[in-house]
Amino acid sequence: MPTKVEKDLYTGQATTGHEWDGIRELNTPLPRWWLWVLYATIAWSVVYFILYPAIPGLSGYTKGVLGYSSRVEIGQKIAAAKAAQGKYLDGIRTSSLADIRKDDRLLRFALAGGKAAFADNCAPCHAVGGTGNPGGYPSLADDDWLWGGGLEEIHETILFGVRNEDDDARTSEMPAFGGEEEDATLTPEQIADVAEFVLSLGKRSTDAAAAARGAPLYKEHCATCHGAAGKGDRDQGAPRLADAIWLRDGSKDGIVAQIAKPTMGAMPAWRTRLDAETIKMLAVYVHALGGGE
Amino acid sequence: MVAATAEAGPDGVGAGAGEAARSQQSPAYNMTVVRQFTLATAFWGIAAFLVGVVIALQLAFPVLNLDLPWTSFGRLRPLHTSAAVFAFGGNALFATSLYVVQRTCRAPLWGGPSLASFLFWGYQVFIVLAGTGYVMGITQSKEYAEPEWYVDIWLTIVWVIYLLVYTGTILRRKEPHIYVANWFFLAFIITVAMLHIVNNLAVPVSWAGAKSYILWAGVQDALTQWWYGHNAVGFFLTAGFLGIMYYFIPKRAERPVYSYRLSVIHFWSLIFLYIWAGPHHLHYTALPDWAQSLGMMFSVMLWMPSWGGMINGLMTLSGAWDKLRTDPVLRFLVASVGFYGMSTFEGPVMSIKPVNALSHYTDWTVGHVHSGALGWVAFISFGALYFLVPKLWGRRELFSLKLVSYHFWIATLGIVLYITSMWISGIMQGLMWRAYNDLGFLQYRFVETVEAMHPYYVIRAFGGILFLIGALLMIYNLYRTIRGNYADDQVSAYEASQPSRAGAAATA
Repeated sequence: MPTKVEKDLYTGQATTGHEWDGIRELNTPLPRWWLWVLYATIAWSVVYFILYPAIPGLSGYTKGVLGYSSRVEIGQKIAAAKAAQGKYLDGIRTSSLADIRKDDRLLRFALAGGKAAFADNCAPCHAVGGTGNPGGYPSLADDDWLWGGGLEEIHETILFGVRNEDDDARTSEMPAFGGEEEDATLTPEQIADVAEFVLSLGKRSTDAAAAARGAPLYKEHCATCHGAAGKGDRDQGAPRLADAIWLRDGSKDGIVAQIAKPTMGAMPAWRTRLDAETIKMLAVYVHALGGGE
Repeated sequence: MVAATAEAGPDGVGAGAGEAARSQQSPAYNMTVVRQFTLATAFWGIAAFLVGVVIALQLAFPVLNLDLPWTSFGRLRPLHTSAAVFAFGGNALFATSLYVVQRTCRAPLWGGPSLASFLFWGYQVFIVLAGTGYVMGITQSKEYAEPEWYVDIWLTIVWVIYLLVYTGTILRRKEPHIYVANWFFLAFIITVAMLHIVNNLAVPVSWAGAKSYILWAGVQDALTQWWYGHNAVGFFLTAGFLGIMYYFIPKRAERPVYSYRLSVIHFWSLIFLYIWAGPHHLHYTALPDWAQSLGMMFSVMLWMPSWGGMINGLMTLSGAWDKLRTDPVLRFLVASVGFYGMSTFEGPVMSIKPVNALSHYTDWTVGHVHSGALGWVAFISFGALYFLVPKLWGRRELFSLKLVSYHFWIATLGIVLYITSMWISGIMQGLMWRAYNDLGFLQYRFVETVEAMHPYYVIRAFGGILFLIGALLMIYNLYRTIRGNYADDQVSAYEASQPSRAGAAATA
């Protein structure tokens, strides 16, 4: 209901004369500091309007007095970063992996670059520090290598990857020895015996009779790739069996499962994603993780 | 005509004590729908805070994702944001706006009780459709606009009827002028309608399926989305809640609004400037530079228009500051304005490009949002609920003001833990991401930044738990108030305990 303009006793301000559900309003002027700060932000914006890209037109937009462009800025920053690394990168490009290792300056750079690239690209599977993850992601920090632990071999594995679409990928396939009864190469009992023999290669067997029954079967079916003494074959990526390092479940059940229906890992061909220098640095870095040969 | 049916409480609750309050309400106000929305606000508030605590714990301890699609962070996160913004905040806005518009216009709701009832149930259906969709994995992947086309159409219908009811009530008002709270509520309703419709223009793949494709593509879609997203903050969570502030603070403080002139200027400048600020969400992206400049400039100019609301809220207490000592409900309302002032200063700062280069994509943004959501939106809603419930159920005062005071301090401590841990975590995260070593390689692995944030995630979750505990105290307090049969002298007992402190302060 409209009421008459009154003076508020506490503040001395006049009311506007209106009232809603008991609420009245004072006619206090705008706080001066509030108004001046508002003007200041507007003035600042006008200056920014003039200096920076601000007004769109039909074809393009005003570039501003400073001619600023975020695209040009990021391009310059990337170029500057590349230039700062240029002398190192030239060295990486023109040197062999072995020479990089001999040159302290290049080695320090390659290890730093390899560490950064490894963290972004490799660590999700191989873990930070290359210690591997359960379920078929090999440790790169030990001397048990599937495809070889020399500088060149590591470099090749990173370049082309394992079991992927790249024509030069490292490829091999372990046959399934189990399956439906009539199709299976080995019966479940035979597979169990072979598994026991495999355990005996790493001196872990607890059933000498079963291991003895498995020995001829191993020789016939497995030794071609994994070697008579279970030393493995890096040309085929056939893992070493005569040790305590297991890519997957190394229990008897796990070995039985792997013989019956093998699981094989894959790795991308990094040459499609990373530049040549980065891959060289990665090879040097991985080689230095602890197991390089 | 609306009165006879609408005024009878749902089950006759408060029939006796409500008599006095009702006799003052000369026109036949529809308070049934306000009661319904008030209860829904309290209910959805708990749901929102609970899911928030769950996902905060999931970030600290990922095993709590339970390896199930329905309980994964990706699905629960929109459940939390929508429950907080649209279910809790939305119901609070409905309850307060429909209460305020009737009382400040001295007119019952336009459209009668059936339309009001449709508003209530229609909006709850929207919430349930949206929420169940998230858990089932139905989303159009637009932040704060995740619901698919069928939910969007339903909300549009409900919202247009809201607009009709609201403007219809204003048009039949018996006051010569429209009160400032109603300007803000009306701006909120109109703008949200526009934002919702434009951002959700989509073509369904089939009438029988949930999937649709948005009309916009690429950076146009991104800009439309953040024009929507930022103005959901601007009009849903700012303008709407300023409407709450403009009624409940002068009411509770029993003081006139500080400055009518300021309310006019800050209303129009806020409305005009806010709508352009969205591009600051897309700094250093494919968005053209001119649009980024525009978003930043308008965000900076928005600082004072936002603070106009804070000044009007705080200065309305001139002559009534002493009430903060004795009235924890007013303390909620005033503290919310303080948090509002803090986050509306932080926002423009974060919109400045070099600052944004550090803050963007980090937890700093999450902390900023929550100083607004917990400190401003939730606190002013709590204040409004504590104000409304005794009035709506015809009680002289709340069951326990002491519990309100506990709620206030527990929730405030929760907010402080939340936002300070996110400031530290966010700035640390931003600095770690951009750190280079002397050879020009990144200093930290991404996973190292995640590890570094863990302690702050634990602190944040603890802050959220405190906030939830406070809200549960409120639920109990509101329940006891509605149930009634408590001694009215509880109030005077609390008030009686106050002068001793006041006296001590005076002699000190």
